[in-house]
Amino acid sequence: MIQFDAVHKRFANGTTAVHDLSLRVPEGGVTVLVGSSGCGKTTTLRMINRMVEPTSGTIRVGGKDVTEQDAAELRRSIGYVIQQAGLFPHRTVLDNVATVPLLLGWSRRRARSRAAELLETVGLAPDAARRYPHQLSGGQQQRVGVARALAADPPVLLMDEPFGAVDPVVRTQLQDELLRLQKELSKTIVFVTHDVDEAVRLGDQIAIFRTGGHLVQCAPPAELLARPADDFVAGFLGAERGLKLLSLRTLADVPQAPAPQGGTWTLVLDEAGRPLHWATRDTEVPLRPLRDGDSLLAALDESVASPTGLTARVDADGVLTGVTSRDDILRHAGRAHTEARVSA
Amino acid sequence: MNIDWSWIGDHTDDLTTLTLSHLQAALTAVLLGVLISLPLAVLAHRIRPLRGFLLGLSNVLFTIPSIAIFVLLLPVSGLTRTTTVIGLTVYTLVVLLRNTVEGLDSVPVKVKEAAKAMGTRPLRTLLTVELPLALPVIMAGVRIATVMSISLVSVATYIGDGGLGQLFTDGFQRNFPTPVIVGVVLTLLLAVAADALLVALQYVLTPWRRRRA
Repeated sequence: MIQFDAVHKRFANGTTAVHDLSLRVPEGGVTVLVGSSGCGKTTTLRMINRMVEPTSGTIRVGGKDVTEQDAAELRRSIGYVIQQAGLFPHRTVLDNVATVPLLLGWSRRRARSRAAELLETVGLAPDAARRYPHQLSGGQQQRVGVARALAADPPVLLMDEPFGAVDPVVRTQLQDELLRLQKELSKTIVFVTHDVDEAVRLGDQIAIFRTGGHLVQCAPPAELLARPADDFVAGFLGAERGLKLLSLRTLADVPQAPAPQGGTWTLVLDEAGRPLHWATRDTEVPLRPLRDGDSLLAALDESVASPTGLTARVDADGVLTGVTSRDDILRHAGRAHTEARVSA
Repeated sequence: MNIDWSWIGDHTDDLTTLTLSHLQAALTAVLLGVLISLPLAVLAHRIRPLRGFLLGLSNVLFTIPSIAIFVLLLPVSGLTRTTTVIGLTVYTLVVLLRNTVEGLDSVPVKVKEAAKAMGTRPLRTLLTVELPLALPVIMAGVRIATVMSISLVSVATYIGDGGLGQLFTDGFQRNFPTPVIVGVVLTLLLAVAADALLVALQYVLTPWRRRRA
């Protein structure tokens, strides 16, 4: 657990980066700090491992005041993932990942075998180990950055816009990977981004900062989207924040019915029972079958695109289990909003 | 201009001795230059006000004519090898100091930040991150300093040293071109060989730069 108490940071040039911040980062969860550039989110992150020292106030990690610990030792106990990875260009991928274990005095053999294990964990092929960072793609470098941060198994992970420099497709992959890792590892993660969608996707709680280093609101994503504290937060979350809320809910408890027979449109299946497309006698419209784990937002999107207003539902193997009507999806969308408002 | 080949044959032992002596003076100077410039460059890199002073001072030293340096050193170290080496070292410092500071400057801030954030202490960061990454620029300085020293050793002939430079005075005084030509060729060969070895050394020391994508 990380606790900020009345933390203030004023830089030598007189600008206030963080203003009277009190924030609790719960153990084993992802706390995302968002805000436009210059709002103090990165400074806040960097005060946790003393890359920046607070002007006043206290920061405790696991109950211990960070300023009372040796800075280098503190940093070794906290994983740090930097924008554009910040890998050491003169060290192989394997040795980059082994950095902190070696600093902690592990034997070279043990550090390297741990590093190899981690490369696998973050989804890199073993032959990447002996390459140098510049021989990898941006997405691969970012994975190495994550592996390096995890090497000594620190309870806390700081991530400073780690996926900011990769294209949207790779970014989504890396986000998925992080969520998968987090399910396994349950680290206490502090994640900085300026991308609201990324924050909603990854955060167990989101802290929104305003220029001048003011924390405006800190809440779980659903609560934030349903009840923004003020116009600034509402504006930052964007006009589609109602739809973003739907991205947090899955389709699992939305009822389904058997596919209709004998209408104008027929749901065409392959031999294995997997839906292919909607068809009339002379046209075909493509469809996107959805699984229970897909979001209400994806379902709404599909029901709007579907010529019948029906969304095809499939099991893990892609076999049709039934269809869901647009009305049912809308009703659940409305219920999601009501619940988010009530629970807030 | 005819070359007297038999003179060369008669003097192979002398030529070998002079060549080795020449090389020894130059390499000792470069080695001392590296040892002195490294800590100074680190200081100049870390402490901004010191940087201008040290680089300025080394520039001033560079403007002193080489013969004058040897003459100025005579009261201190006399007509000895020491005088030659000190004089040459002073000249290597200019190149080495400047390149080492520039090399340290060229290390990306992101990488230094990463080292710090992983919990690397400053000295270890210097030795295992900054110096290796500065190496290509430092080595460029070492190559210039080496070639420059090899050519400058001859000037020390005026104080009775000078390695292959002795062949120039010998040939000039006797109006006999062969030693002069042999001296020039050997000096050139030494410079080329030393430079090639340094290139090879750099290749070995910087494996990450070999297969540039």
